[in-house]
Amino acid sequence: MSLTRLLAISRKELLQLRRDARSLYLAFILPLVLLVLFGYAISFDIRNIRMAVLDQSRTPESRELIESFAGSGYFSVVEHLETPADADRALGSSAVRLVLIVPPTFSADLAAGRGAIVQALLDGADANSATIAQNYAEAIVSGYSTRAVARGRRVTLPVTAESRVWYNETLESRNMIVPGLIAVIMSIIAAMLTALTIAREWERGTMEQLAATPVHRLEIVIGKLVPYVAIGLFDVALALSVGVVLFGVPFRGNLLLLGLLSLLFLIGSLGLGIFISAAVKSQVLATQVAMLATFLPALLLSGFIFTLATMPIVLQGLSYVVSARYYVAVTKGILLKGVGASVLWQDALAMVVFAVAGLAMAIGVFRKELA
Amino acid sequence: MTLPSPMRIREMVRKEFRQLFRDPRTRAVIFVAPVIQLLMFGYAVNTDIRETATFLIDHDRTLESRKLVDAFRATGYFEVVGRSERPLDLVRALDHGDALVGIEIPKGFARDLAAGGTSIQLILDGAESNSATVAQGYAQRIVQRFALERARQRGALPSGGIELRTRAWYNPNLESRVYNVPAVVGVIIMLMCLLLTSLAVVREREFGTLDQLVVSPLTHQELMLSKTLPVAVVGVIDLTAIALIAVFWFDIPIRGFPPTLFLAALLYILSGLAVGLLISTISRTQQEAFMSMFLFLQPAIILSGFFYPIESMPSVFRWVTLLNPVRHFLEIIRAVFLKGEGLATLWPQYVALAIIAVAVLRLAVARFPKSIAA
Repeated sequence: MSLTRLLAISRKELLQLRRDARSLYLAFILPLVLLVLFGYAISFDIRNIRMAVLDQSRTPESRELIESFAGSGYFSVVEHLETPADADRALGSSAVRLVLIVPPTFSADLAAGRGAIVQALLDGADANSATIAQNYAEAIVSGYSTRAVARGRRVTLPVTAESRVWYNETLESRNMIVPGLIAVIMSIIAAMLTALTIAREWERGTMEQLAATPVHRLEIVIGKLVPYVAIGLFDVALALSVGVVLFGVPFRGNLLLLGLLSLLFLIGSLGLGIFISAAVKSQVLATQVAMLATFLPALLLSGFIFTLATMPIVLQGLSYVVSARYYVAVTKGILLKGVGASVLWQDALAMVVFAVAGLAMAIGVFRKELA
Repeated sequence: MTLPSPMRIREMVRKEFRQLFRDPRTRAVIFVAPVIQLLMFGYAVNTDIRETATFLIDHDRTLESRKLVDAFRATGYFEVVGRSERPLDLVRALDHGDALVGIEIPKGFARDLAAGGTSIQLILDGAESNSATVAQGYAQRIVQRFALERARQRGALPSGGIELRTRAWYNPNLESRVYNVPAVVGVIIMLMCLLLTSLAVVREREFGTLDQLVVSPLTHQELMLSKTLPVAVVGVIDLTAIALIAVFWFDIPIRGFPPTLFLAALLYILSGLAVGLLISTISRTQQEAFMSMFLFLQPAIILSGFFYPIESMPSVFRWVTLLNPVRHFLEIIRAVFLKGEGLATLWPQYVALAIIAVAVLRLAVARFPKSIAA
């Protein structure tokens, strides 16, 4: 292996990239767009849930109960319904997420100590939001109930739960998302940039030329990797600085360790990209396969947003061969938990295996193709 | 302007179909990839919180503390995966991600409970903020119920009070899959349309066959129409296939009238094709087209209400979502599948889809002459 030849290939690849400057810009714009969207646009913080009320009791007590929903900040009462049939329309058209029904006997039951019943109809279609709304509604009703039966006496509950949240004290979605997002961005870069690099040479007929030069296949693969690794590392740095500086995502661990493991992850993913590219030889097909083999697993089976523990066992098993899974554990571990190599060594080891395997696959496919 | 000629379009469509299906691998990808994606997505997008891995530190070890732990386990939301006396083990479990929740019951819990005032600690892994938020809600509810029951037993609280009975419509067991799988169908179709069209024009340019097409008697409209028709056909076939899998494999109820869905799908596929074609006319290389496609697709998914409710977005982004065809289609497909709604309530979404499709298609046709010159 000669360093000069290797660098010559890298230089050629870099020139080609520069010629296609718009692709290069996109490689930097895309991470920024994703960061801004994930950082500013989305939130699982559910507040001002739209609700409707069917108050069949119309007493001071029922109004007080409804008032405690509106006053909680979690709900906003947008509609007062007249008949139970209205509930159907309100939920069906997604105008509200919850309908509270207070029955005619509410105040009498409450006064008599018989146990009054109120009903909440939830739009269960969005199970996630419905669950959160249900939790809030239960807390509000039980709070009001305690006040109502105590009639002015102070009641202290014999046990309360004090929550402490570790690693992400304010439960900000963006603190959870930014570390995982870095892994997803890296997978996209790998899929988009490298998946086309060899397929393009085949389509344009320059592959034979490359094969006719005295360049060894090892030099081709590594030479092609170098510029993309550089772009990838730059993107990691970009995403990190935006995340930490702009969004205030904590960075508690070791920067050097993160850099080293990012390098390993990139080598593995880019190697896989080159393998796909060389194996299918068509750009249209390479985009499709890269999407299935790198991007989707990184999005779905990495624990980025979707918790692996709740997935069916087959998918959990499959996630062990998704290198992004280990990288997401590493970024979350280093940024949020501040843990080091003593905790992350298993993930690091897995990433070494992926890096070696990715390179070996990329080099192996060349032996076959150019023979 | 001359009217498009059916004969010329037919010939061109035949050519496009041939090109699409010539490669058996491409054929496989077109029809197999959406199925794999649905199976993967369909199982992965499970946001239900069940059997959350919980680490228990019980310093009290009394009947009362065990009863509280049982109250946690009985709900099915929490599963004790480890227990210890030492708080350090809890730190380890959370650091390694072995547990998401820690419960710490203090010494003297039973005694203080009887005396009327104690508290337990809940420790949550904020690195998984979605799960932590939901788990926290459940845990608070469980402890509150436990507390009310004890207060009542001791006579500290008069009997009676208010009970909230909740019923979830459309999805009685509150399974996230029921809501997510129809949305996955929508996203996969968009992905397919974009992948197939965004490379369509730019590919011809890279191969140098675009010039041949331009000197043929085809008009721009005819050219664009014949590029879209085959992909539209593929899109409809794919949609039907994966919608059937959603219904029969994932048991997603379909309560609405299927043809309403079909009409929406046509408009949606058309808008997807239009976006793809527009990208293809703007881009100079296939690589650029592929990346631009991503630049559209990612925000379109994030701002569609797929997993992040639109109503919790800042108002600027809420307005942006109105331009997003994915948003409108997901609203239609979810309402038709789960709620059995029809055109009567969903017409604004249909109108929006139609406007987006027509506007973007016109833009792509208008851009086309420039893309030849480029």
